Amino acid sequence: MIAPRRHALALLPAVAVLAGCDKQQNALAPESHQAKSIASLFWWMMGGSWIGLGLIVALLVLAWKRRNRRGIGSDTEGDKPGEKFAWRVVIGLGIVTPIVVIGVIFVIANLFVIKTTEAPAADSTRLTVRVIGHMWWWEVRYPGHPAVTANELHIPVRVPVRLEVQTKDVIHSFWVPRLNRTIDAIPGRTNAIELYADTAGRYRGQCDEFCGLQHAHMAFYVYADPPSVFRRWLAQQSKPVSSPPPKLFTTAGCADCHALRGTSAKADVGPDLTHVGSRSTLAALTIRNTPAELEDWILHNQAIKPGNQMPDITISPAQAHELAVYLEGLK
Amino acid sequence: MVVVTERLTRLEHQWQARPGVLGWLTTTDHKRIGLLYFWTTLVLFGAGGVEALAMRTQLARPNQHLIGPETYNELFTLHGVTMIFFFIIPMTTGAFGNYLLPLMLGARDMAFPRMNALSFWIFLGSGIFLYVSLAVGDAPNAGWFNYVPLSSRHYDPGHNIDFYCLGVIFNSIASTLTAAQFIVTILKSRAPGMSLNRMPLFCYAMFAAAFGLLFALPTLSADVIFLFLDRNVGTHFFDPAYHGSALLWQHLFWFFGHPEVYILIVPAFGIATSIIPAFTQRKMVAFPLVAIAELLVVFIGFGVWAHHMYATGLPTMTMIFFGAATAMVVIPSTIQVFSWCMSFIMGTARFNTPLLFIAGFIFMFVMGGLTGIMFVAIPFDQQVTDTYFVIAHFHYIIFGAAVFPIFGGLYYWFPKVTGKLPFDRPGQIAFWIIFVGTNLLFFPMHILGLIGMTRREYTYPSGLGWEPYNFAETIGAFITTAGILLLLGNLVYSYFRGVESGPDPWHGPTLEWTVPSPPPDYNFAVIPTVRSAYPNWEPAPPYEWLDRGHQQVESEGVDGVIGDIVGMPHESPWPPLLALTLLGVFAMLVLGKFEIAGIMGIFTLLTLVGWHSKEPQES
Repeated sequence: MIAPRRHALALLPAVAVLAGCDKQQNALAPESHQAKSIASLFWWMMGGSWIGLGLIVALLVLAWKRRNRRGIGSDTEGDKPGEKFAWRVVIGLGIVTPIVVIGVIFVIANLFVIKTTEAPAADSTRLTVRVIGHMWWWEVRYPGHPAVTANELHIPVRVPVRLEVQTKDVIHSFWVPRLNRTIDAIPGRTNAIELYADTAGRYRGQCDEFCGLQHAHMAFYVYADPPSVFRRWLAQQSKPVSSPPPKLFTTAGCADCHALRGTSAKADVGPDLTHVGSRSTLAALTIRNTPAELEDWILHNQAIKPGNQMPDITISPAQAHELAVYLEGLK
Repeated sequence: MVVVTERLTRLEHQWQARPGVLGWLTTTDHKRIGLLYFWTTLVLFGAGGVEALAMRTQLARPNQHLIGPETYNELFTLHGVTMIFFFIIPMTTGAFGNYLLPLMLGARDMAFPRMNALSFWIFLGSGIFLYVSLAVGDAPNAGWFNYVPLSSRHYDPGHNIDFYCLGVIFNSIASTLTAAQFIVTILKSRAPGMSLNRMPLFCYAMFAAAFGLLFALPTLSADVIFLFLDRNVGTHFFDPAYHGSALLWQHLFWFFGHPEVYILIVPAFGIATSIIPAFTQRKMVAFPLVAIAELLVVFIGFGVWAHHMYATGLPTMTMIFFGAATAMVVIPSTIQVFSWCMSFIMGTARFNTPLLFIAGFIFMFVMGGLTGIMFVAIPFDQQVTDTYFVIAHFHYIIFGAAVFPIFGGLYYWFPKVTGKLPFDRPGQIAFWIIFVGTNLLFFPMHILGLIGMTRREYTYPSGLGWEPYNFAETIGAFITTAGILLLLGNLVYSYFRGVESGPDPWHGPTLEWTVPSPPPDYNFAVIPTVRSAYPNWEPAPPYEWLDRGHQQVESEGVDGVIGDIVGMPHESPWPPLLALTLLGVFAMLVLGKFEIAGIMGIFTLLTLVGWHSKEPQES
């Protein structure tokens, strides 16, 4: 799978930059066999495209060079000089060649590559992860386990995972370009693809279908962990909350929208906060998850992510600090 | 000689336009209607361009907040709606098509001149209607394809989407009138002897676009009517909670939306195939193949809509079917590309501004077409769908393949419309500025999409490698704007300072070059006859004066045999009045005052009664 990339790079050195820049969300830095076959499909098609474009440019340049001459060969007279030769070119390059080339692309891509991206059947896989799109964050569930988290999902490395995608409100689209292609979350439906990672690491993804005001801030991370690390993580996330929340959690209105498993807070309007301290970011990768930034978020989230569904909470900075310290402790 | 002067005077008297503003308001002259379309769409092009520049300014750097998300969402929605419905379609069909079709066909006017006027006034009304939404702060904000449920009342409670629904219906009434008009004109108003195989390729292109519009627009209208009802009356067409379907919107929309793409570019193909023979002084290579390809591209275009929906979880078999149709639609385009190129080579190409734009158009169309071919590969399409890769693809097609020929066509027909030659050197400079600008603007978008930038983000974080490409694009946008201003400025300058062009400065092949520049009100003093697809190069003896009334010849069947002589309607105040009452209907609908809308509707019917109270006399 590496060979075609080098081949294509030889065609256009400028695109070397494609693979070189920051790779977090780069479809051309694939880390799964699906994404790799899609990427090599692209490199081959791009190579072919440069040849096609080169041919057309060559014809236009030829036209410019021959701008004072009519026809071709001996066929330069009459009102249609060179017609016979031109017809052959049109039929050869305009009909036969594209049929052959596109036929090859069609067979490889739509009969073979497409199969690798599809979801494994629900009973053939050891792990199913369910992702539910919300305006503007992602709820992540592990059917069969109590674990619920948000905006980051963990999977074991080198294990085919069935990823089911649903939505709570409008259409969203789950896209982690380094692992697999896009899949829409559509009201009233469950769509599924395979999620698979070759190497352990963190992969950035983002909502790929316009979903309103904060579509731009609806990103997430997929963590591919070694299986033992993953099992430990899932067991930890499945536990109920480690210490009871301060009263403020209810009186400030947090419990109206957020759940803390193992307490009376069971709402699922906003992200489940049972292990919020274990996450690396807040508000779907809008800000880092530190006590200071969480405190700021509680008080001024509408300035940070305008239009998001959480109101600015009218409590004192000291109270916000208390909440932030508690929540950050929920690892 | 005396007889000739006398007959010309009589024709002038019969076809003369009323002077002043009233003459423009009541006009049924296709040339005036074409110019009205031109100026209106040019203003709307400016609006769409300013929206694009605002977005590019916002995206020049990461984490910028010059524009908030509400405004940004309105900007990209308006940009798309404007450029597609209010610029390209009305510019190519309304302006170019209206002005040129009768001149190319050898007719004195369109088949239904008052309907033609009505189409313009309705179009103007719909344009005003759409931009009032911006003025009152309720512009459409859910993207030009306006997916439900984001556009449902629950998630978008303002009037924004009502403006979208009604604006689109309003606009599509105008387009439908134009489409019906073109089909009838092309079938019935050709000059004697102009059989279908002698019809200019431009007319084939308009014919294809008109058929596309006629069959595609009804599904769009149904779709937006369903949505309007869901939002305002409480139906549940798109609500899965009541066994509606959110995907239904997408199917209906794209059943319109993909043919629409070809409707946008096929008239541009028509412009290209007009300019190429004139500037190579050679007949088009493979004329019949090109004519068939122009029709086929629209026909096959009706079978590919679901390739916009590959990520929605359609069954694989369904996707493969649409993938195959998508593969097929490539062939008519490759046929045309090679025919154009070979015509350049086999003829004596003169690279003046119009032909330069056509060469640039071929380059841009091939760029966009090649990425289009990539979408035949379903998994790749699914990988880059809704990213900047797709934005790059369709801007190469829409800006490159539809707008470049419009610019070329402006320079090509400028002498016909104004009687003045455009200055060529500034036009050529403008071409190169626009060519460099658009490529700097759109090429980096391919890379951005591949490295993960999704479309419709009002701002983006730093650190993902997106900054340099975005910055380059913004520079490209401003370079492009400068080029367009130079291009248009040069035309204004040429209008005042240009050299007289005479009737036929380019030695063009088609009938419009046989008449004076600008053409007289009656177009052709003597009705021409035609015996080739290049009637100005291979003239035939004229038919007759036809100066005994406000008349035109109607031709029969595919062979262009002379049929009846039909009386043509004179100027009429009813088209603008009818459009005005419709504007009232739509304004009341958007306000939710359905009763008053009904009363306004009665006024519309009354204008129709007035309209039909005085029919032109048959003769």
